[in-house]
Amino acid sequence: MSEFHLPEEIRYSRDDEWVRESEDGLYTVGISDYAQQQLGDVVFVELPAPGAKFDAGQAFGVIESVKAVSDLCIPIGGEIIQVNTNLEDAPETVNDDCYASGWLITLRPSDPSQLGTLMDAAAYASYVAERND
Amino acid sequence: MSEPQPTPLHARHVELGARMVDFAGFSMPVQYGSIKAEHRAVRESAGLFDVSHMGQLHLSGPGALASAERLLSCRVGDLLQGQVRYGLLCNAEGGCVDDVTLYREGPDSLMLCVNAANIAKDRNWIEAHRLGETTLHDRSAETALLALQGPKSPGILDALCQDANSKPPSSLGRFRFGTFHCPSLTSTSRISRTGYTGADGFEIYLPAADCNDFFDALLEVGAEEGLIPAGLGARDTLRLEAALPLYGHELDDSTSPLEAGLARFTKRDRGGFIGHEAIEKREQQGRNRQLVGFELEDRGIARAGHVIRAGNETVGRVTSGAPSPSLGKSVGLGYVPPHCAQPGTAVEVMVRDRPLRARVVETPFVKKN
Repeated sequence: MSEFHLPEEIRYSRDDEWVRESEDGLYTVGISDYAQQQLGDVVFVELPAPGAKFDAGQAFGVIESVKAVSDLCIPIGGEIIQVNTNLEDAPETVNDDCYASGWLITLRPSDPSQLGTLMDAAAYASYVAERND
Repeated sequence: MSEPQPTPLHARHVELGARMVDFAGFSMPVQYGSIKAEHRAVRESAGLFDVSHMGQLHLSGPGALASAERLLSCRVGDLLQGQVRYGLLCNAEGGCVDDVTLYREGPDSLMLCVNAANIAKDRNWIEAHRLGETTLHDRSAETALLALQGPKSPGILDALCQDANSKPPSSLGRFRFGTFHCPSLTSTSRISRTGYTGADGFEIYLPAADCNDFFDALLEVGAEEGLIPAGLGARDTLRLEAALPLYGHELDDSTSPLEAGLARFTKRDRGGFIGHEAIEKREQQGRNRQLVGFELEDRGIARAGHVIRAGNETVGRVTSGAPSPSLGKSVGLGYVPPHCAQPGTAVEVMVRDRPLRARVVETPFVKKN
């Protein structure tokens, strides 16, 4: 398995997504470096319309690589505020820069305390390692 | 399910960091790095594929030619020694048992290169339908097969191999094969100017026992030209761009070669092969479906199994679909009724319950360079 990058300041879900809290109380969500490596070349990302609401764990979109179609599951329940429309024309941004310009959505969490249920970088690293044993 | 069978190059794939998948009972590399990069290498320079999962069935004896003529949809009698031809094994109902390449080795000997998933099925089919004085040998297990594909393939292979008259592999015409000496191999190898990518290239049959060093030698010699190992993922997008059928997707036991657009690989005019009468009867009754290529006009990716609609009615299904790395758009193959088969026809592909606009187009999607 190749090395992968796990920024310390964000949280990770068991579905290989990351969540970053911003000052305005919104959360930005993307997929982890591990996830983008596992997927390979991302060729299509389908995201919901802003305003859509999801419970934690629900599929909110789809990400497709050349070979595979995978659901995107929302790590924390809430309302979609913004989606990354740049991915329509440049889905490969998810491979190139998954923690910054390859973000997927921002959401307003219905219960901000849910953030505490997600893993920090160290816990996520062991979670990934366990699955690759 | 039983453990997938490794190819003789399994350890090499793992060393090279390949992601391995179970395909037709074999553990195969689907990609070493990026499928798009491997695809591009084949279109622009060269890619090296391990396709040792494919089967090699040899027919020999005084009845071999007559047996092959009966078993195969393509003409066999006029196949020259050193020539390869694509054909189909058809069943009595006119469906396809398999699609194969046929090699004329000698006056009374032929080799069929068959799909991995169909090796046992073909063997049984041929055993049951061969004529007298025909011996069948399955040499799949002892034979490794490499595919070196892409415009830089001739130069790369010429640097390593030559035949008994010191001629290089690039002296082979398309669909010709010969026997070549290659470094680090204890015996000679068979090389054909064939492939499954829509690019120029070669298929190299080697003894399974000593194929590893030759695989390494090719990668080393080709590195300067941009040669990289390529997996089944790129093989699939490449063959789709070339609109080459994949057994189990475009072809199966109930599909007629004519529905699949393969009439030119059948000796319709003379017959004499199993399934011919059924195929002609099905044609007389009127074809109810035909394989077409389509491009998506909306964003998204059509995949095998998706429904194709026209005028709000379901008219067929996608058999293969993928983003075309060369064209930068989504393409696919599928069966539709003849009235929807004209290039330019507007159809819809249902992707996750949403209709995506698509248009029937001429195939191949990417013309051979």
